Amino acid sequence: MKPSLFGYQAPASIEEAISILAGDPDAVVLAGGQTLLPAMNFRAANPSTLVDIQHVADLRGIEVGTEIIIVKAMTRHREFELDAAVARVNPLVAEVMQHVAHVPIRNRGTVVGSLCHADPSAEMPMLLVLLGGSVIAQGPSGRREIAAEDFFQSFLTTARERDEIITEARFPVLPKGAGWAFDEVTRRHGDYAIAGVGCVLSLDDRGRASRVQLAACGIADTPVRLKEAENILTGTTLGASDLDAAVAASGAAVTQPDEIHVSHTYRRRALGTLIRRIVTMAAQRATQMETA
Amino acid sequence: MARTMKAAIPDRSADAEVDVSMTVNGEAVSRSVSVRMLLSDFLRHELRLTGTHVGCEHGVCGCCTVLLNGRAGRSCLTLAVQANGYDIRTIESVASADGTLHPVQQAFKECHGLQCGYCTPGMVMNIVARFEEPGKLDLTDEGIRDLLSGNLCRCTGYLNIIAAVRRAAELLGRA
Repeated sequence: MKPSLFGYQAPASIEEAISILAGDPDAVVLAGGQTLLPAMNFRAANPSTLVDIQHVADLRGIEVGTEIIIVKAMTRHREFELDAAVARVNPLVAEVMQHVAHVPIRNRGTVVGSLCHADPSAEMPMLLVLLGGSVIAQGPSGRREIAAEDFFQSFLTTARERDEIITEARFPVLPKGAGWAFDEVTRRHGDYAIAGVGCVLSLDDRGRASRVQLAACGIADTPVRLKEAENILTGTTLGASDLDAAVAASGAAVTQPDEIHVSHTYRRRALGTLIRRIVTMAAQRATQMETA
Repeated sequence: MARTMKAAIPDRSADAEVDVSMTVNGEAVSRSVSVRMLLSDFLRHELRLTGTHVGCEHGVCGCCTVLLNGRAGRSCLTLAVQANGYDIRTIESVASADGTLHPVQQAFKECHGLQCGYCTPGMVMNIVARFEEPGKLDLTDEGIRDLLSGNLCRCTGYLNIIAAVRRAAELLGRA
């Protein structure tokens, strides 16, 4: 189908874009359009005005710092995926990105657009929650930083006010020597996840986990940090019984009800399988980092 | 509900129009179009470049894939006005002017990589874009399937398309 009528504005500055949003409650920001345009073609989304931010120079690019990677609002998925400086400080990014749709979609879709869409089964929101990152929201009254866990509020719902633009996302780099892994279960490669799990962990010199970060997508109305499992695994050698305990403690995090293709039970089992696989893979990588 | 049929039919579309200019297959084009015109419709209806096919209009099938500034993208998920100033390449630019097929097209022909042909322009544009990127190509079954994962074909069962990608790599000296 074709989209219904809308107005179109292509501001050259962030301030101009914000003033358009502030003056029109039904105006919507257009970045890559890979979710918004299909929704408009279905007429599920009917914005009064599209505010195309692709010409705002301040919203382009990636800045890799010693602790934080800043991803500006117009950065396409594929740029983030292929950036050599990002891969050096956070190799998890490229691993997650392999699962985001397909290359032609990643060429156009943006990282921040995906965060703002806040689909709970999407990979980018989970990555930001897993890493403990944040976003910067800019509105008529200034800029504010919103932590990932506060930003994702519910299904397709974020803490962004409607006259705010998320100008950048801030992804922490991985701790030195940390292991990492991500995988997901989908019906077809590139689809949204039935369940997906990401992990970042550090081992001490006796092979015990000194720090574990674990998060999942697809299982609830937001991406979820699996904090109980993190606490159970911290201080252990990540053996089979430790993983069993972590999996048992994570089942309650699955709140998605039965769906036509996926029962609640199946999703819980998928989550458990992924936790075992992902924590083991991250631990192997952490060991390799130590011996390298 | 009683509604008068006498109301005048508007002689103009209510759509706001916008001027767009871009390069399509090496030629500069300018048109005034509705802001809601999709790039796929711009190519097909305004420029009569009907080689770009339209399947699902929500980004799933990949039939409408064209190159936007050298990168494969969905023309149905891009407004014409978003492509203002872009360099666009469509399937019409792929074969030589004398009709000689591009190696990717030649490989599809040799390997029987198409039946009805509806998905083929999108397939070819996606594959051409990947072949134009530097670096080693992943020509394992898994690598080729990943490359093709954003393009649906309902005829072939994909095996001949996978063979065509390998054959194209041979023809282009990339195997």
